[in-house]
Amino acid sequence: MQLPSGTINDSYEKDMAIIRTRWQWVMFIGFVVLIFVFPAFPFVSNYLLRIINNIVIAMILVLGLNILMGYAGQVSLGQGAFMAVGAYTVALLGHKLGVPFWLSLPAAGLSAGIVGVIFGAPSLRVKGVYLALATIAAQFIILWIVRHVHAFGGVSGVPNPPAAIGTFTINSQLSNYYLIIVVAIIMTFAAKNIARSKIGRAFVAIRDNDLAAEVMGISLFRYKLLAFFIGCFFAGIAGGLWANLIGHVQDEQFPLINSIWYTGMIMVGGQGYTLGAIIGTFLLLGVQEIVVLYGPSLSHIPGVGGSGYAGFSQFLMALIIVLFIIFEPRGLAHRWQIFKSSYRLHPFSY
Amino acid sequence: MAVSQHKKPLTFNKLGVTFTRTTALSQQSFHFQRQSILDGGLENMDEKVTLKVENISLSFGGVKALDEVSLDVNGVEILAVIGPNGAGKTCLINSISGFYRPQTGSIYFNGHQVNKLSPHKIAEIGIARTFQNIELYTGLSTLDNLMAARHFHINYGTLAAAVYFGKSHREEIKHRKICEEIIDFLEMESLRKKTVGSLPYGQRKRVELGRALALEPKLLLLDEPMAGMNVEEKEDMARFIIDIFEEKKIPIILVEHDMGVVMDIADRITVLDFGIKIADGTPDDIKANPMVIKAYLGEEFTAASAA
Ligand SMILES: Nc1ncnc2c1ncn2[C@@H]1O[C@H](COP(=O)(O)OP(=O)(O)OP(=O)(O)O)[C@@H](O)[C@H]1O
Ligand SMILES: [Mg+2]
Repeated sequence: MQLPSGTINDSYEKDMAIIRTRWQWVMFIGFVVLIFVFPAFPFVSNYLLRIINNIVIAMILVLGLNILMGYAGQVSLGQGAFMAVGAYTVALLGHKLGVPFWLSLPAAGLSAGIVGVIFGAPSLRVKGVYLALATIAAQFIILWIVRHVHAFGGVSGVPNPPAAIGTFTINSQLSNYYLIIVVAIIMTFAAKNIARSKIGRAFVAIRDNDLAAEVMGISLFRYKLLAFFIGCFFAGIAGGLWANLIGHVQDEQFPLINSIWYTGMIMVGGQGYTLGAIIGTFLLLGVQEIVVLYGPSLSHIPGVGGSGYAGFSQFLMALIIVLFIIFEPRGLAHRWQIFKSSYRLHPFSY
Repeated sequence: MAVSQHKKPLTFNKLGVTFTRTTALSQQSFHFQRQSILDGGLENMDEKVTLKVENISLSFGGVKALDEVSLDVNGVEILAVIGPNGAGKTCLINSISGFYRPQTGSIYFNGHQVNKLSPHKIAEIGIARTFQNIELYTGLSTLDNLMAARHFHINYGTLAAAVYFGKSHREEIKHRKICEEIIDFLEMESLRKKTVGSLPYGQRKRVELGRALALEPKLLLLDEPMAGMNVEEKEDMARFIIDIFEEKKIPIILVEHDMGVVMDIADRITVLDFGIKIADGTPDDIKANPMVIKAYLGEEFTAASAA
């Protein structure tokens, strides 16, 4: 890691800290304050809050997928389904048993994590494309179950009683914004910390050289499954927040295509960078929302059919992903790292 | 990338070991002597068997890679395993580290039956290794490669990892210090934060040795640690192996083709040929053994050793 010039490591504590300089602290605190006062800005409409809520929920899921895919190197095309597990857990616990949200949200993470471990078990035998196929199975099996088994709500889905703090219910976009933001900050820290802990190192070891990792004392069995648990735990938390935001959970809210886009967000942002998961999600979903907003004007372009905007956001997202795969397969966060170290003048670059 | 490392003098005295370089020999023009073991160091040594390999056989389809091979590592010693290409040396190392499962026979280490354990358990009971074709975690820095090898020594759980405060933080610092000591020991200070995938071959070999040490092994398996190195790098590596052995008192199984190095630093030598153990003894025994000379060393070596 390159440091700003003048920053000196005189202890391992300092060398290991994420936020190093006073300036970084100022920026960090300023950013958190900005997030919290953001809804007060005059240009922030309910519509914009809804978009941001959706993106931040996806970001939580992608942070988890980044641990699973970016760090541990295990592909999953079933994250949407694991999000469904979390969403249904919160809705069913709240609707049928009256469990409060602060209990059902962790339960959503746990249940999605456990289901993720089951569908992640093939990772003990196969890798790459085969693992991707095995995890797609989660998508079809889980969604079939919630759609056709009556206990899970069936075709009409499950209504979700909104979360409440005392008598205050979290059912507006604004109140959900604060709920989602607080959870997202906690999950971002957790993701970053897991990544730099012994667990993150074990995951990267497995990604880079699984056979050596096993011989050097890392149980592949344990850590591959743990990667699925953590990755799907994040998806479950995202699902739980989604249930509260949307108010009524249904199977078609979690299509396979979403699971595919999530992996695209990791690619664009940069595999194995926490920051990458964040910018990848905001970039791709931001593009999607912009198209939804301005897409209809596409039909004014001569030669493009009147319904040209239909599917145009997918067109753009796919194009962005392909361009990244060709020109910057290591993602934006990797670019950012290179940029940061090139403008810094730290004399001892070790 | 320029590495300006502090170099110890090539001739020095450490723990009663004379370590000298002679330039008389031809291509690999250096020579090590470990005198402590040869003259009278033996009585201090723990004579109990640390590793016992009993009649292991391993075949791949029709190829018998190992055929009823037995060997012991007695106390703290350097046991060299030599033999021509394809003799089964790597298969032997792989069997001891659990990478391969011999079809018959058994391996015991400090009271554990190794060939019944999974590889990560074998690491936990204290067997560490390096690989003939470097197998590092290419995306991690040198430091993190070493930290990853301390995995099961580092004591905190998933939740503590997510919080990274208090115990997990203290544990990280404690083990970071241990890894820094190894980095100093192997003179890798300048590589500390470099991604190992970008390091040149010789340095990666050294990082791999560091990673094996970070496991705090009670037995070290080195599969051709000097292969493909230039003379200078070989000298460093030989010096590190001797230092590890002398300072950390770790028994070592050394697979190596460089006869000069093997004859100088090994206490005993086991010779494999086509998966069969054909000889076992001190370097002098091996030099004199007609079977070995015929199967492996050939005229070239007898001439060299006579010189
Ligand atoms: N995974 C494998 N599948 C099939 N055959 C194998 C496998 N591993 C080793 N062998 C065979 O077993 C025999 C012994 O191989 P091994 O790698 O142990 O030789 P070695 O003594 O280490 O040789 P070298 O000095 O070239 O490293 C060879 O004939 C090799 O082809
Ligand atoms: Mg070999």
